[in-house]
Amino acid sequence: MPETQTLTKVFARPRSLTDKRFTYCPGCHHGLITRILGSAIDKLGIQEKTVIVAPVGCAVFAYEWFRCDGVQAAHGRAAAVATGIKRARPDLTVVSYQGDGDLAAIGTAETIHAANRGEAITVIFVNNQIYGMTGGQMAPTTLDGQRATSCPEGRDPATMGHPLRVAELIATLAAPLYVTRQSLHDAKHIAQATQAVEKALRYQVEKRGYSLVEIVANCPTGWKMPPQKANEHIAGTVTKVFPLGDLVDRG
Amino acid sequence: MAQRQLMTGNEAMAEAAIRAGCRAYFGYPITPQNEILEYMASHLPQAGGAFVQAESEVAAINMCYGAAAAGVRTMTSSSSPGISLKLEGISYLAGADLPCVILNVARGGPGLGNIAPAQGDYFQATKGGGHGDYRLIVLAPSTVQEAAELATLAFDLSDEYRVPALLLADGMLGQMLEPVALPTPRDPGSLPPKPWALTGAAGRGPNYVASFALDPLDLRDLNLKRHARYREIEARELRWEEVSTSDADLLIVAYGTMGRIAKTVVRQARREGIRLGLFRPITVWPFPYAPLGELAERVKAVLTVELSAGQMWEDVRLAVEGRCPTPFYGEMGGVVPTPSDILREVKRCA
Repeated sequence: MPETQTLTKVFARPRSLTDKRFTYCPGCHHGLITRILGSAIDKLGIQEKTVIVAPVGCAVFAYEWFRCDGVQAAHGRAAAVATGIKRARPDLTVVSYQGDGDLAAIGTAETIHAANRGEAITVIFVNNQIYGMTGGQMAPTTLDGQRATSCPEGRDPATMGHPLRVAELIATLAAPLYVTRQSLHDAKHIAQATQAVEKALRYQVEKRGYSLVEIVANCPTGWKMPPQKANEHIAGTVTKVFPLGDLVDRG
Repeated sequence: MAQRQLMTGNEAMAEAAIRAGCRAYFGYPITPQNEILEYMASHLPQAGGAFVQAESEVAAINMCYGAAAAGVRTMTSSSSPGISLKLEGISYLAGADLPCVILNVARGGPGLGNIAPAQGDYFQATKGGGHGDYRLIVLAPSTVQEAAELATLAFDLSDEYRVPALLLADGMLGQMLEPVALPTPRDPGSLPPKPWALTGAAGRGPNYVASFALDPLDLRDLNLKRHARYREIEARELRWEEVSTSDADLLIVAYGTMGRIAKTVVRQARREGIRLGLFRPITVWPFPYAPLGELAERVKAVLTVELSAGQMWEDVRLAVEGRCPTPFYGEMGGVVPTPSDILREVKRCA
């Protein structure tokens, strides 16, 4: 028998993703996060009941990458849009996919109040410490001293504040079911992040509660670092400012 | 006719919305429209609908965006400063072709202004307000009864054309207590289906709701299609009321609360032998340019009366196109003229 006929497909694109090409830069973690979310939707079998809320930012096209219904929200308003969808149709699984400028700067009020009401939504928060799509400006999560195009000498906490720790902030609230911070800088952490996203979606489906999965991610283009070096930077520096792990699990 | 009951304009609009099948309301407190929020808080959940007091006007309109995308009849209400905050969301609703009803119980401005009735939001309502080339269907009630009827119409027109609809009321109408015959309640399940809505991609491909199109040719096409619908609305949905216009040689143009006061002025003027008529736009977008222009052929002057510095006045002049003089009388800051104030201005034109 020819050898090719014995091959089995063990790794495939998640069924809940479309074939549309990602618009992310090479080495960017957004593609990986999209894939993790797609595989979690597959695993739970909820593709036909899920709505993806896309933000403004690098993930602005996220609504077109899933074989799920999708909506594009105004900058920072994804949690409010997700609230409207979930309240109108409680049987849908609603995922709000947001970056750090979107969620932690312009959308701070929507973020905190959706969490505080315990909206039964899943928030995937991509914390790459920079505004990627607009060309690398300072984000609320930018590290002390980190250079960005709008803080060319580095973030000066005296006038610009320190990086905002969103997961810790949300964890102070009584309503959220699950708040966690994950990373993707090596295979082990990718596996843990995958489980966290699955758990957050499962909690929405089974327990009808709010979850926030903060994912510490890279931005090789904005950080001006090759992807491998960016991963080392996450492991050695970023996770010191943004410690990994579950902060709340009331599931 | 249904039994009439005594309600404020705010309550009547809220109840009419529920009866029109509104099942998702999102609001934020601001005077003089708090009774709408409060009415919805106590009545909408009983009707099986979703009520959320949002953290801001910005959040409320974006919750509407979500509920509208999910295909449910949805509404928010506010007053002038709050509507300014909603404009971002209104532009997104318009750009995503989502139906939604917005109530503006307008107050004195600009800025914090005051809580007295005013019509200073006409430009904001009819000329855009938010960014981009969009229109809202804008309906201007002048009585509590009409407020209830137009709230119902707003939901129907907004769904039919997939254009957000705004009720342009004011503090006077919102707080006024009048008898009203409410419309018959409708079952949301009996409303026309929305195959574009986000209901879960089961047995079909995904539905996407967005106002986003990166390619200029795509975005131009989306705009052209939307503007073709605007032309259809202009052709089919003009609404106005005429009072004593058949033999009039002087005409007042006024809408909303001013339109109501102007009716009294017409009766008083007629008693004094002045042949005054009233043209009251009910749709202020689309504005009834052609019927007003025809009337302008037959009168000596068209007097515009507004609770503003002269905003609808610009549309009146576009309609009249120089056929006759177009004087203006307005009050601002929440000052409401009496019929005799207006009659004095009428006599200046006679």
